[in-house]
Amino acid sequence: MNPEIIATYAVILLLLIGSFFIIVASIGLLKLSDPMTRLHAPTKAGTLGIGAYLLAAVVHSFSVGEGSLHELLIMAFIFVTAPVSANFMAKANIHRRDCALQTPELPDGDTWATLNVPEEDREVEGPHT
Amino acid sequence: MMRPFRWLFPHPFLTILLSAVWILLQNELSAGMLVFGLILGIVIPILTARWWTDRPQGIRPLRMIAYVLLVIWDIIVANVQVAWIILTKSNASMKPAWVVIPLDLREPEAISILAGTITLTPGTVSADLSDCGRYLLVHALDAEDPDAVRDDIKDRYERRLKEIFL
Repeated sequence: MNPEIIATYAVILLLLIGSFFIIVASIGLLKLSDPMTRLHAPTKAGTLGIGAYLLAAVVHSFSVGEGSLHELLIMAFIFVTAPVSANFMAKANIHRRDCALQTPELPDGDTWATLNVPEEDREVEGPHT
Repeated sequence: MMRPFRWLFPHPFLTILLSAVWILLQNELSAGMLVFGLILGIVIPILTARWWTDRPQGIRPLRMIAYVLLVIWDIIVANVQVAWIILTKSNASMKPAWVVIPLDLREPEAISILAGTITLTPGTVSADLSDCGRYLLVHALDAEDPDAVRDDIKDRYERRLKEIFL
């Protein structure tokens, strides 16, 4: 077994893992029924799927002798930005009252930031049907 | 001794981060790139220092690294769990639930890290923050017992974050 063959197997394994998680994420998007639960599929499986792909690219680049590490940067940026976009989609769902479950009430008169509409905008927002 | 250091590096962590990002972007490690990365890493924090007024006093770097490793491990486990739930459970038998997490953390940076961690880990997405920043709204994909999810997040992540931020 020379290192090149081991690297090739590692790349294949990583690509398979990545493909598995990305296909599960797509299945989840199709299968899950409620906007909030649907949000779970891409935020989880997507990060590991893409992470495994990028790791495969790093391993491959080192095995052919042109080491490259800027894939790590892509990974870092995805891990930082994925929760933010998921949070915005969740906020949009709450705002549209699109969730199957009502958002819970809070003790001591606090409100959820998304639902706290200023007095002058209440009319515009109105009850959603 | 401390003064010129603070003046030159108002934000030492940002200096290291910017230099590292620059070198990774160039995708080669040469003396010239290292020097240019360091110049960027020193100049940008000095120019932007006045917008960083309320940043936390300090963090414990070693615990931060331990936390990042824990989160990476949890992300891998979470992926397998969520994949398993998606592939094997029918929509009707899933129990999605809202979980309200009372926060002990006060620093905005710490709360955003906690919210990001929750979104990346087991079957949970952080959805909203209460007006006063005291409660975090989390959506769980499949929670038999929402209270257990809450205690788990508080014990696993929030406690560690409280130790990281001084």
